[in-house]
Amino acid sequence: MSSNLANEPARVVAMFRKMLLIRAFEEAAGEAFHAGNVRGSVHQYIGEESIAVGICENLRDDDFLTSNHRGHGHSIAKGADPRAMMLELFGRVGGTSDGKGGSMHIADFSVGMLGANGVIADGCTISVGAAQSIRLLKQDRIVVNFIGDGGINRGPFMEALNWAKVYELPVLFVCENNQIAATTTTRLVTAGEGIAKRAESFGIPAITIDGNDLFEVDSTTARVVAEIRNGGGPQLIQAMTYRLRGHFAHDPADYRDPKEVEAALGREPMVRTEAWLLENGVGVDEIAALKAEVDAEIAGYVEEAVNAPWPDGSLAFTDVQDVGAPAYPGEGR
Amino acid sequence: MTEMTFADAVREGLAEEMRRDPLVWALGEDLSTAHGGTSANQYTGLIDEFGPKRIVNTPISENTIMGAAVGAAVAGTRPVADLRMADFGMCAVDELVNQAAKIRYMFGGQARVPLVVRQAIGVRKGAAAQHSQSTEAWYVHTPGLVVVAPGTPADGRGLLKSAIRADDPVVFMEHKDLWVATGDVPDDEGVVPIGVAKTVRTGNDLTLVSWSKMARLCEEVAETLAGDGVSVEVIDLRSLWPWDTAAVYASVRKTGRLLVAQEAVQTGGFAAEVATDVTEHCFDALKTHVRRIGAPRMPVPYAEPMENEYRVTPERILARARETLAA
Repeated sequence: MSSNLANEPARVVAMFRKMLLIRAFEEAAGEAFHAGNVRGSVHQYIGEESIAVGICENLRDDDFLTSNHRGHGHSIAKGADPRAMMLELFGRVGGTSDGKGGSMHIADFSVGMLGANGVIADGCTISVGAAQSIRLLKQDRIVVNFIGDGGINRGPFMEALNWAKVYELPVLFVCENNQIAATTTTRLVTAGEGIAKRAESFGIPAITIDGNDLFEVDSTTARVVAEIRNGGGPQLIQAMTYRLRGHFAHDPADYRDPKEVEAALGREPMVRTEAWLLENGVGVDEIAALKAEVDAEIAGYVEEAVNAPWPDGSLAFTDVQDVGAPAYPGEGR
Repeated sequence: MTEMTFADAVREGLAEEMRRDPLVWALGEDLSTAHGGTSANQYTGLIDEFGPKRIVNTPISENTIMGAAVGAAVAGTRPVADLRMADFGMCAVDELVNQAAKIRYMFGGQARVPLVVRQAIGVRKGAAAQHSQSTEAWYVHTPGLVVVAPGTPADGRGLLKSAIRADDPVVFMEHKDLWVATGDVPDDEGVVPIGVAKTVRTGNDLTLVSWSKMARLCEEVAETLAGDGVSVEVIDLRSLWPWDTAAVYASVRKTGRLLVAQEAVQTGGFAAEVATDVTEHCFDALKTHVRRIGAPRMPVPYAEPMENEYRVTPERILARARETLAA
C-alpha cells in the first residue's frame, strides 16, 4: 500500500473532519466535566488528533486497538460511536459500557476497540495476547497499541516488546510522545536515549515521526501496517506531539512555561492541517461549514446526554461474572 | 477408575480439553522443556501433541503471561496461563485484578474473559517465605474472579475442565505437595462443577470444613476422632468462590459445631469468611461459636523447627477440634 495523502485532498478533508470531531468531543467533555455532568476525571486528547486519525485511517474495522487513559481520540478514530461515548461520559443509558465504565473505560468491541485503560502500559500486554489469538485463529488482523511516553518506564511495556519480538507477533506499538507524564517532564525521569532505542534494542524496527503532521503519520502508518500484516513482525512508531491541556480537565497545567505552550499552539495538528487545506484549494467557507457541522453534531450529543435517562441502580449487579455473581439486592455476597 | 498422581490427572484434563476445543491453549514458563512446568511434569509431553503455538513456552514475564492471557481471551481464544506459584502470581496481580476481573464489567458486558490462571499454593518442605504462600483469599476478595482449590487428582482434573469451559476468569490453585499425591480418577469425562463441595466423610458431632491439602489432613483428624467415638463430617469445599453454602449450612444444622481449617495465614483468610457467613445464617443451630485454624501471621520460615511452628498440622487441627467438641 502506498500513500500520498497530498494527492488526495478529499481524503484529507475526511480525516480533518474526524480530527475536528475529536477536538469538539474533547472540548465538550471538558465543559461537561466543569459543569458537573461528567464524574471522575476526563483526560483530553487535545493537540494529538492527527496521530489517532492518521493511524486508524490505515486500519481495517476488524483490526484490534488497545488504548490508555487518554482514549477518546483513539476510540473515535477507530470508529466508535461518539454519541454512545458521550452518553457513557454522562453515565446514561445507551453509553458504550452501559454507564459502568465512564471516560477511562471506553470500549467498542464491534469496531475492534478493545478498551481504554486506567492502568498505564497494561494495554501493551493485552495487545500481544490478542495478537497470539489472531495467530492461533489464522486471521490476518493486526493489533495497534497506543502508549504514552510516561508508559515506557513501566515493566509491562518492556516485557511486551520482548514478547512481541520473540513470537514475531503482528503488533504496532504507537508511542504518542507528548513529552510529559501526567505532570512530570518525561525526560527528567527517563534514562537512556528514549523509546525508539528501547524498541530497537529488542530488534524491533522503530521510527520517530512528527505526530502533528497528518501526512507523515499517514504515510508512515500505511507502510508499517502493510509490513506487519504481511508477517514482518512488530514495529514501533514514536509520534512526537504536545499535550495542549493539562493531564486531565481539572489540571490547569500551570507548571509549564507559557512560551512553550504558545510555541506548541503554532505547531498543533488542527492549525497545520487547516493551513494545508487552505493552500490546496479548500475554501474558508467550506472549512467553516465543516466546523459548524461537527460542532452541531457534538452539541446534539451533549444535549441528548443531558436529557438521557439514568441507568437503574440494580444494573450495578449485572456483568460481574457468570459463576458466583452477586445477588440483587446485595447483602455482601 | 484409574489411580494416578494429581499432576498427571490435571495434565490429562488439560490435554483432553485441548483435544476437545481447538481454542484452548496454554502459556507459561518452561511448559515445553524437559519436566514440563515447575519440575512437576504438569505439562510433560503436551508440546509433542499440540506444538509450540498451543503450548507456549514463555519468557519470565509474569505481567505479560497474565496480560497476554487477558488479551487472547478477549480476542477469541481460551488460554490457560501458568504462573508457577502463587508467590509469583503476585507479580501479575495487576493484570489479574485490574484487567481480567474487570473487563467484562467496566466495558458493560461487551467482552468475556474466559481464561484460567494456575498458581500453586502451599508450604513445600523448606521452600521458605517466597515459594510457600497460600493467597486464595486475595482472589476470593476480588469481584469478577472464580477461585478453585482442588484437593484430589480427580477434583484437579474435573475442576480444571470446568474452569476451562467457564466464560469467567478462573484462578486454579493447586497445592505443591499434592502434585505427587495419588488417587482414583474416573475413566469418563469426570467434569467437576464449580461451586459444589464434596462431603468426604459423614458425621454428626462436628463439621470440619477445609479445601486443598488441608482437607486431606482433616480426613486424618476425623479418623483419629472416630477412634474416640466422635463422629466428624468433613467437607472439602473444592471451590472457594463461589463456595457451597448449602452443603455447609446443612451440615452445621446437623452437627451444631463448625471448625474451618486453612493452611494460609489465619488473619483475614477465607476461613474467616466461612465462619462469619455460617454465624450469620446458622446462628440458631450452633451449640458453640464457630472456630477456625490457620497459620500464624508471619512469613513462612525456612529451618525445620521454625517451619513446624508455622504449619497447620493434623495435631493442631485435632486440638482445635477437641476444643470445639468440648465447648
